[in-house]
Formats: sequence, structure tokens, C-alpha cells
Amino acid sequence: MGNLIAIGVGSAFINNVVLSQFLGICPFLGVSKRVKTAAGMGSAVVFVITLASFVAGIIYKFILVPLNITYLQTIVFILVIAALVQFVEMFLKKKMKGLYQALGVYLPLITTNCAVLGVVLLNVTRSYNIIEGVVNGFATAVGFLVAIVIMAGIREKIEYNDIPKPFQGMPIVLVTAGLMAIAFFGFSGLK
Amino acid sequence: MNKNIKPLINGLITENPTFVLMLGMCPTLAVTTSAVNGLGMGLTTTAVLVLSNVFISVLRKLIPDSVRIPAFIVVIASFVTIVEMLLQAYIPSLYAALGIYIPLIVVNCIILGRAEAFASKNGVVASMFDGIGMGLGFTIALTLIGCVRELLGSGKLFEVRIFPEAYVPLTIFILAPGAFFVLAMFVAILNRIRMGKGRPLGKGGNCDALCEGCMNTACMERTRSLNGEKGDSGKDTPKQEAPAVQDNKEKADNTEKEEA
Repeated sequence: MGNLIAIGVGSAFINNVVLSQFLGICPFLGVSKRVKTAAGMGSAVVFVITLASFVAGIIYKFILVPLNITYLQTIVFILVIAALVQFVEMFLKKKMKGLYQALGVYLPLITTNCAVLGVVLLNVTRSYNIIEGVVNGFATAVGFLVAIVIMAGIREKIEYNDIPKPFQGMPIVLVTAGLMAIAFFGFSGLK
Repeated sequence: MNKNIKPLINGLITENPTFVLMLGMCPTLAVTTSAVNGLGMGLTTTAVLVLSNVFISVLRKLIPDSVRIPAFIVVIASFVTIVEMLLQAYIPSLYAALGIYIPLIVVNCIILGRAEAFASKNGVVASMFDGIGMGLGFTIALTLIGCVRELLGSGKLFEVRIFPEAYVPLTIFILAPGAFFVLAMFVAILNRIRMGKGRPLGKGGNCDALCEGCMNTACMERTRSLNGEKGDSGKDTPKQEAPAVQDNKEKADNTEKEEA
């Protein structure tokens, strides 16, 4: 149990997926203009990464390893993620209308979120078992959610600031992200 | 030959994938802790990009339109796996340094973006040059960022000491925040240069870096039609010189709103 908590806190805060591992930068920079959309995107990512960690863990353990074809992992995982996202979208649309309305828009965008493939691959590289993998996936995604919501909050504020022209747009967002990364260094004391 | 040079220049300068299109940000920020790593990552990506561009261009008439995206992904993932194995066998030091970011080349927007936007519509030779141009543009950007970070963060360049021993390294530039700062500076400097020339900034946003789903055609098409329909409605139109990045983002934002 302590092990799981360590993995969870480590992935969510100490090695924040966006700010220290640079996974999922595209949505972090692109979908962080409003807190509401950022929270929606973040929740969808939590949902998909947790599910993908579980499914990919099972496929790795019971199909790839027994057949001795682990070198195909990249191809298999990306296809699994793409298919999974499709299925989740269809399932939510049919069965859970409310959740679909909240997350549906963001689901198609997630296939290419490198955080999903990144987490799945990290689970394999660090040879986590399935439960550890799911905890790691969930915690990583929570880290993403926290980072993107904070980012959106800051961007809503700086929108009205007088930013030098060359820095308008992406540069100021990158500088903000850098400052956030420094702030997140504070968590490394938790280790 | 001229028509082959054009995509080359296009990728290197006018549509530089990193500084102008802002694509493939994850490796750009993650592996540029030193110039060598940046160069290695750039060349690896270039190799995959050229191979997949050529292969997809060869197969472009055979791949049915409706399943082209999964087909592209399989092609790209296969080449990434091959390149990964080659690196592991012949350049183990680079393989160790780049780590998980090698398999993550699969989800690099640049590659699928070029497959979709260029290779699936153009001939083999043109696609190859497009791949080389885009790949080298990416390589140069990564190497530049790597140089700055390595120089400030450790006083060395390509592992050769440049600054005297007395120089106290600004370690922050090798750590995560430095990546954001250096990239921000590069983009800002480019913006300044373009403003000086009176050109609107960063024209030619390809499939949307911000839509993030180069891989997701549905999303791309939605954005495209929305951009066409409501190009300049909604929020206040960006000023003449406002960076196109922002411009793009506003469109993406519009899209989001519309979708929501």
C-alpha cells in the first residue's frame, strides 16, 4: 500500500507529467485558455489514461509477453489506445449521456496526447504490475489535470496584462509554464 | 528540381515545425538538455519522417480513404520500431539518453501531419524532399535549443568546454523550466524579426498544433470547416501584427466553444 502511495504522489506531483516529463504539452498549451475547458480536458485525460493503463497492462502481460513479441509494444499500444478511445466515446454516447456531454468533445483529441502512450510505455519500462500501473496512470493524469487547470487560471488573468508584443501568444504561455515548473520543484522535498 | 527545393525551404524556414507551427513540442522540450541529444532526436525523427513520407506516398493510391489514419499510424509505428531497434544496436548511448521519447515519435504531430497534409497527396520524390525539409527544420530547432541550454547550463557545447572553469553553470537551464524559457525566447525573437519586416506572424498554420489531433481527421475537418464558416466572427479579431499562433489559438478556442 505504501508503495502505491509513493508511486501515486511521485507521478502526480514530484515528477509532474507536463512540467517535468514534458508529456502532453500540446493540450497543455492548446486547450488551456479557459478554466472550464481545461478542467474538461483534464477529466477526460484522467478517464482515458486510467483505462488505457489497465487495458494495456493486461494486453502486455497476457498477450505480448507469453508470445514473446514485446518488441511490437509501440505499435500494439498506439492501436489499443486509438481503439479504446473510440469505444469509450461510443459507449458513453449510448449509455452515459451526462458524462458524454461533459467529456465527449475532448475524447477524440486524446488519441494523440503523448501522455497516454507515454504513461503506458513507462509502466512497461518500470515493470509495474497491473495495479501499480493503474495507480501510476491515474496519478499521472491527476498531475496533468492539476497543471492544466492552474495554467488556465493563470492565462485567464494574464489575458488583460500589457505583454510586450513579441511575447504575446505562445511565448508568454511558455514562460508561465517555466515558472510553474520551478514552483513544482517545491514538491521534490516530499521524496 | 526547383519544385523539390521548395518543400525543402518551406520546412526549414517558412513553416519551421518547431518555431512557426509549434508542432512536436514534447520532444522539443524534453530531450534538448544538450546539443548532442537535440541533434540525435532531430535526426531520428527526420529518418522516420522521410521513410514514412516515402512509404505513404508510394501507397497513397492503395490505402482506402476511410481507414487512412489507422493505416498511417501503423506505417509510422513500424518505422519507429525499426529505428528504435537500430539505435539500440548501434548507438546505445543515444538510445539511453532519449529513452521513452523514441517510441513517442509515433505520436509526434509533425509526422502524421505531413503524412496527411503532404505525402498522401503528392508524389514520392516531392514527399521525400518534404520529409527532409521538415525533418531538418525540426533538427535545427532542436539543436539550437540544445546548444543554448547546454552552454548556459553547463558551460559546454557538444561536450567541449566553452566557458572557463570559473563560470558557475546556470543549472536551471538544464532542468525542466529552462526548456520552457529557452523556447519562449526563441519564439519571441522570431516574432520580433517578423514584426520588423511588417509580416503577419507565423502564417501558414498547418493542421492545428492546438487541435492537437493531427492524428484525428474528424477533429481536423471540424476545425477546418469551422474556421471557414466563422473565421472572424465571435471574439475580437486579432490585430494585424498579432502573432498567428494566437490567431490560431483563437480559432481553436472558437472551435472548442462551438463543440461544447
